[in-house]
Amino acid sequence: MIGEWLDVGPVDQIAPGSARTLPVQGGEEIAIFRTINNAFHALVNKCPHKQGPLSQGIIHGGAVTCPLHNWNISLTTGEALGDDAGCVPVIPLRVDAGRIYLLREAVIGSGPKPVAKAA
Amino acid sequence: MNAPMSFEGQDRKNQTRERLVVIGNGMAGCRAVEEILARDADRFDIAIFGAEPRVNYNRIMLSPVLAGEKTFDEIVINSAEWYEENGIRLISGDPVVEIDRETQTVIAQSGRVELYDRLLIATGSDPFIIPVPGKDLPGVITFRDLDDVDKMLAAAEKGGSAVVIGGGLLGLEAAHGLSLRGMKVTVVHLMPTLMERQLDEAAGWLLKEELERRGQTILTGADTAEIFDKEGHVAGVRLKDGREIPADLVVMAVGIRPATALAKSAGLDVERGIMVDDDMVTSDPAIMAVGECVQHRGTCYGLVAPLWEMCRALADAATGDPSGYEGSVTSTKLKVSGIDVFSAGDFSGGDDCEDIVMRDAARGIYKRVVVKENKLIGAVLYGDTTDGNWYFDLLKKGEDVSDTREALIFGQAFASGGALADPNSAVAALSDDAEICGCNGVSKGTIVKTIQAGACSLDAVRSQCKASASCGSCTVLVESLLAMSLGDEVQSGPKTLCKCTSFTHGDVRRLILEKELKAIPQVMQELHWTTPDGCATCRPALNYYLLCAWPGEYDDDQKSRFVNERLHANIQKDGTYSVVPRMWGGMTTPNELRAIADAAEKYGARTVKVTGGQRIDLFGIRKEDLPAIWGDLNAAGMVSGHAYGKALRTVKTCVGSEWCRFGTQDSTGLGVKIERMTWGSWMPHKFKIAVSGCPRNCAEATIKDFGVVCVDSGYELHVAGNGGIKVRATDLLCKVETEEEALQICAAFIQFYREDAYYLERTAPWVERVGLDYVKSALFDDPDSVRRFAARFRISQEHSQDDPWAKRAGGEAAELHQHLAEVRPFQMENA
Ligand code: SRM
Ligand SMILES: Cc1cc2nc3c(=O)[nH]c(=O)nc-3n(C[C@H](O)[C@H](O)[C@H](O)COP(=O)(O)OP(=O)(O)OC[C@H]3O[C@@H](n4cnc5c(N)ncnc54)[C@H](O)[C@@H]3O)c2cc1C
Ligand code: SF4
Ligand code: FES
Repeated sequence: MIGEWLDVGPVDQIAPGSARTLPVQGGEEIAIFRTINNAFHALVNKCPHKQGPLSQGIIHGGAVTCPLHNWNISLTTGEALGDDAGCVPVIPLRVDAGRIYLLREAVIGSGPKPVAKAA
Repeated sequence: MNAPMSFEGQDRKNQTRERLVVIGNGMAGCRAVEEILARDADRFDIAIFGAEPRVNYNRIMLSPVLAGEKTFDEIVINSAEWYEENGIRLISGDPVVEIDRETQTVIAQSGRVELYDRLLIATGSDPFIIPVPGKDLPGVITFRDLDDVDKMLAAAEKGGSAVVIGGGLLGLEAAHGLSLRGMKVTVVHLMPTLMERQLDEAAGWLLKEELERRGQTILTGADTAEIFDKEGHVAGVRLKDGREIPADLVVMAVGIRPATALAKSAGLDVERGIMVDDDMVTSDPAIMAVGECVQHRGTCYGLVAPLWEMCRALADAATGDPSGYEGSVTSTKLKVSGIDVFSAGDFSGGDDCEDIVMRDAARGIYKRVVVKENKLIGAVLYGDTTDGNWYFDLLKKGEDVSDTREALIFGQAFASGGALADPNSAVAALSDDAEICGCNGVSKGTIVKTIQAGACSLDAVRSQCKASASCGSCTVLVESLLAMSLGDEVQSGPKTLCKCTSFTHGDVRRLILEKELKAIPQVMQELHWTTPDGCATCRPALNYYLLCAWPGEYDDDQKSRFVNERLHANIQKDGTYSVVPRMWGGMTTPNELRAIADAAEKYGARTVKVTGGQRIDLFGIRKEDLPAIWGDLNAAGMVSGHAYGKALRTVKTCVGSEWCRFGTQDSTGLGVKIERMTWGSWMPHKFKIAVSGCPRNCAEATIKDFGVVCVDSGYELHVAGNGGIKVRATDLLCKVETEEEALQICAAFIQFYREDAYYLERTAPWVERVGLDYVKSALFDDPDSVRRFAARFRISQEHSQDDPWAKRAGGEAAELHQHLAEVRPFQMENA
């Protein structure tokens, strides 16, 4: 299993209720969220509305409010909530022994094998 | 090697029974043996190695031993007689140091060697030691076995103070014990909430408050940098923010690591723990493992309940009747007397889950259950855990709860109570003198009478008979009474702050002061928020209200701030930011302009624009570059312009008497003075000021939140103008003769607005709502009011006039500006 997962760093690098970004060369930037109750989620860092950086939104419950026009996006499904419609890709994520792993193939599709480098 | 003594009688050929050697005389090792004996007492010839020099005891009861509630004898599980009666050889105080899989022997520290046919590894976990300087000093200990407890007791005997690093289950139990033993205890916890893996923010906050009430000091968000010494013995802990906490004893309770070293060096498959299958067999078929040292289906456990299930499966398999272990769902309780905390399952929430929250502030109770697809998936209980086991049972069985959904949160007794499960009929069944509102002692009869006398909304009931006007916990009941008495005629009250609460902005502001609420989770608990952690509407509002109510005392909550206020820059549509340095009163210098020009080039500002607020905006700056560009602007003497904040924006001025042929006063100078006084202040909404030198009003002072129009005889002070979406010209507040008076009234007006308006209400709609007379009377009826408001404003400013850019340029909150990591394809990496 481990081989398919990309280690992107320790959980304590993301404070509860905040998010960090993960640029992907040749791919879409990813936002990794930690909710106030310590659940971790990853989405492509682009609001389905007009590409707002979701990583910069306010996180509440299991959703993030986009900083540009206040759409609420589900962190689990990537879907816009309420009356808005649209969806952003979810990147499968798991936490193991205090580290965050993303599903390798979801990070840059079927392109060359990625490695993560601490910023 | 000559045959060592212990080889005697261990000749494989003569043996009749299989030899089972157990490494680890702890909870799982001994339980596994008990389970095996219960199934087939004669099957194995058993030897148990234990590193600890004692018989098997109940490790979880070390906390009560530390607290003085139990003695060691009372927590022994298996006494020496048990080993004897069952023919088990206990080799205690002698850890195994090597496993030789080829010869199927284990070698202990003393040199003793045992042969095995089946080996069971049950080595438990090692406490994790954070790698800080001073970690090895005398007086720094962990909390794992009886020796640790003895060391803590010896230290506590001398009194003094202790620091416990780690605010999880273990750390808090250690802290509790030490404080009962008379030490002054400080808990240092890295995360913002205690026990964050078991509790949500709301429950973690209640726990913190209770422990603080009991005299412990709890520091959350506190990162240990170093443990320092005095003459070779521990003397205290230094945090990364520079704070020092003196300590005679430091207990590290930051977590555990499965003890896998022995298994690893024997070449067994080990990841985080020793890998086992569903029969608890490792990668070597002759070797089993059980307890905290194992990893089963990707999970390592740190509680005893799963160990019992593992031991059953292990014994079934070892005696020839495998049943298979499938993993465990766990629940947690904290063993601190008088504090009831329970959690189970997944309570991280999510929009596909439904949170049901019940809070009873008067009794200090918070309950939350999480339902997903009609099944209970998680529960957090604080203050009343009687239904913990019931919830845990529902959760493990995965039962459909749609029938009891409404009553679930009230617990088992209520949910199974048939008709009572419908809150409306429960209220109907109450007698007239039943008390509904505990805070104000209002009975059902009184409320019904109030409704019949014409109170048609929640708000009317609140103001006319005070029911539900204080803590709000009876709101649901009052609403039921309204519905019963009036049916469809119930009027919805004024807009509540958001969907998480039944209170309006005004109620919340009033109650924050009345009840002295000083933290967001506290407001949510005391005012019975219906969600566990609020939403994007209420969090920023509460953060502002608390900041305004308790200047200098309240810690700003960054996660409740809109991105612009968190990053101190305005987000743009492409995700870059704009940077607007302050130009006092619209004044600048060649030196500042040069620095701005340099910064624009250095950081690739794609647009440089003069704003409508008389200053310069640099667009297209990346979030990574913000601290650096701010550092450069700071170096030229400029600070943040707060163009991003619900805060003072600009003070526009005109050139005034210094050059203008019509100027009556020094409008530029006064504007600069006003901006120096008011910058940095957080407000309900953005706030703009202007000073014009004469009634021609070139600074457009009459469409500002606060505008000064200079005239020959002094200064006209105007308020509540707006040039935005809905243009509103100002109202004249008063006329004064001196600059000092103008400054004083400006400060007083701002403070009154800060204290009275609702979050996101600019001065124009605020004054339209409350009326100019209300403002005038608040400021002028009492001759001392202006002075008092202005004084409060100045106190608040003492705590907000530090340039946020300078702090960030100095390295604060660097993680907000940096990526977590970067991902690039292998090829590029190697190139
Ligand atoms: C940069 C600037 C326009 C310009 O290029 O000149 C500007 C730009 C923005 N204005 Fe403005 N306003 C700017 C002067 C004004 C003015 C003129 C003034 O201050 O004299 C007004 C009308 C006066 C007033 O506020 O009453 C003005 C009325 C608004 C409004 C409507 C406010 C209202 O109460 O109706 C908004 C929307 C809001 O705040 O909700 C707004 C919101 C915005 C925001 C912040 C939109 C947003 O949320 O992203 C724009 C982004 C600014 C940025 O830097 O990224 N801006 N905006 C001006 C910055 C002034 C400064 O130095 O800080
Ligand atoms: C203070 C405290 C309070 C706790 N409270 C709770 C609670 O309330 N609820 C709960 O569910 N859990 C609680 N736990 C956790 C619980 O005690 C453990 O989950 C449980 O003890 C694990 O059992 P184990 O047999 O795997 O490990 P242990 O009980 O630690 O047993 C392992 C034994 O192996 C020995 N050993 C290690 N290496 C060797 C070697 N090479 N040779 C010989 N012997 C070796 C160790 O000395 C130890 O005695 C608590 C733990 C502590 C320390
Ligand atoms: S007027 Fe509209 S478009 Fe122009 S800066 Fe203001 S908010 Fe943006
Ligand atoms: S881009 Fe996210 S809401 Fe518009």
